[in-house]
Amino acid sequence: MEIKGYMSVNFLISQAKSIQIVIDENAAEIEALDQNIGDGDHIFNVQRGLKLVVELEDDIKNLPLQKGLNMIAMKVLSGIGGSSGALFGTFFMSMAKTPDLDKDIDFKKACEMVITGINAMKERGKADVGEKTMMDVLIPVSEKLNELKSGNTDIKEGLSEIIKIAEDRMLGTKDMLATKGRASFLGERAKGHIDPGARSSQLIIDTICKSLINK
Amino acid sequence: MKKFINNVDDFLKESLNGFGKAHSDIIKVNFDPNFISRKTKTKEGKVSLISGGGSGHEPMHGGFVGHGMLDAACPGFVFSAPTPDQMQAAAEHVDSGAGVLFIVKNYSGDIMNFQMGAEMYSGKNDSIITNDDVAVEDSTFTTGRRGVAATVLVEKIVGSLAENGGSLEECKRLGEKINKNSGSMGVAFTSCTVPAAGKPTFDIGNDEMEFGVGIHGEPGRKREKIQPSKTIVNNMLEAILDDLKPQKNEKTLLFVNGMGGTPLTELYLVYDDACEILKSKGIEITRSLVGNYCTSLEMQGASITLLKCDDETLKNWDAPVHTAAMRWGM
Repeated sequence: MEIKGYMSVNFLISQAKSIQIVIDENAAEIEALDQNIGDGDHIFNVQRGLKLVVELEDDIKNLPLQKGLNMIAMKVLSGIGGSSGALFGTFFMSMAKTPDLDKDIDFKKACEMVITGINAMKERGKADVGEKTMMDVLIPVSEKLNELKSGNTDIKEGLSEIIKIAEDRMLGTKDMLATKGRASFLGERAKGHIDPGARSSQLIIDTICKSLINK
Repeated sequence: MKKFINNVDDFLKESLNGFGKAHSDIIKVNFDPNFISRKTKTKEGKVSLISGGGSGHEPMHGGFVGHGMLDAACPGFVFSAPTPDQMQAAAEHVDSGAGVLFIVKNYSGDIMNFQMGAEMYSGKNDSIITNDDVAVEDSTFTTGRRGVAATVLVEKIVGSLAENGGSLEECKRLGEKINKNSGSMGVAFTSCTVPAAGKPTFDIGNDEMEFGVGIHGEPGRKREKIQPSKTIVNNMLEAILDDLKPQKNEKTLLFVNGMGGTPLTELYLVYDDACEILKSKGIEITRSLVGNYCTSLEMQGASITLLKCDDETLKNWDAPVHTAAMRWGM
């Protein structure tokens, strides 16, 4: 089954609006997670970033995808700060470098864009799975997208699987030791807490996948 | 939360405004993107030093912009790394053609944002990363040791070399040497409150202290019952000496740094304890620095930094400096 409109400037803006609602609903939980093992700035950074992207709507809604992505990247990069700003900025900047963005974006192409973006984040943060960061959610999601883009699985079924993967991997960060980021300074004390970046990433993926499934 | 605030969103801007007005003889505050630069242009042929990091550690780094130290500082939001466009704009503003050396504290967010800023800046540049905090075990697989108070010493000492015509390569080499020759250890009695959060970063009992705390209130090695100053200072110094392994009679600089909420009276008491302990171990203290230089908002606590000093280090430490937070010899 084909779902139209996988990636466009308007798609990105409408997703940002939906994500904003979900993140706001879960803000207290994410903040508490970050105060357990970080310094509490993650939720503010994510909220600030989403607000900036949503506010860009009028400036970018009529722009071609590549230009829109670059503007989102610069806004996120210059407006957030911290690790989140650099990582999400890198994500959008790399997505914008995917070739042939001026053509119709089908499911395969959209998957390629997201995979490219996540790979660039992995490179920038020098983090892999098992280190109690957002990459614990994002890398398995990227791997699943790589499998799905070949087109042998029903898209909606695949998206449901991604929702499940993201949730499992997010919960899986609970018993990990952190080796990257501020939580790494805790040693054993970081165990027993879900990583706040993994939680916010999972919520973002959950929101996007659900909106595509319910299209 | 009890703080001098008008509106949380304007906190940083208003504080930077005040800083700019109070020190208009030395620095200039630039907005959008935010950076603090010297009032006068970097002289031709002088390497430019740029540092930065989250706000809330004042006077670090803006208070160290001026003759003999930094050329520019990029302040992020409270406890959040600054953004790449700030570093790019600061570099373009101050570089006089001899190149830019970025001085970065080892925190993931700072590293990533400075790296991107350096990639976006087209001029010649290089970076050094400070990681003096001995509370954290180092490993190639982890973020590793944090960059804390020794960053102040790196900025002062490399600043002097740059002022006296040191090349980009020489400045980098000296910075790495100072970082390698220094070790720091911090202790916190109370938490700090990030304005945007509105409540303390961590809970700590009235009779407890966090041994090995980071400069954002990140937990350290362990939570302990509070002890007499001599015991605390001895434990801090032991952790540092274990790591630095100074020779007998080696010359050192002893730096007692306040976290923001501890009065100078106590910091001098800590200095006295540290002197006694180091003397008993045969370590010579040839230079001193006591005060609030690398703070953590209103946190009560202190850190001790010990720097092993050779002649090059001492010469550059003693050289004139004129910044908002550090001034001697001119």
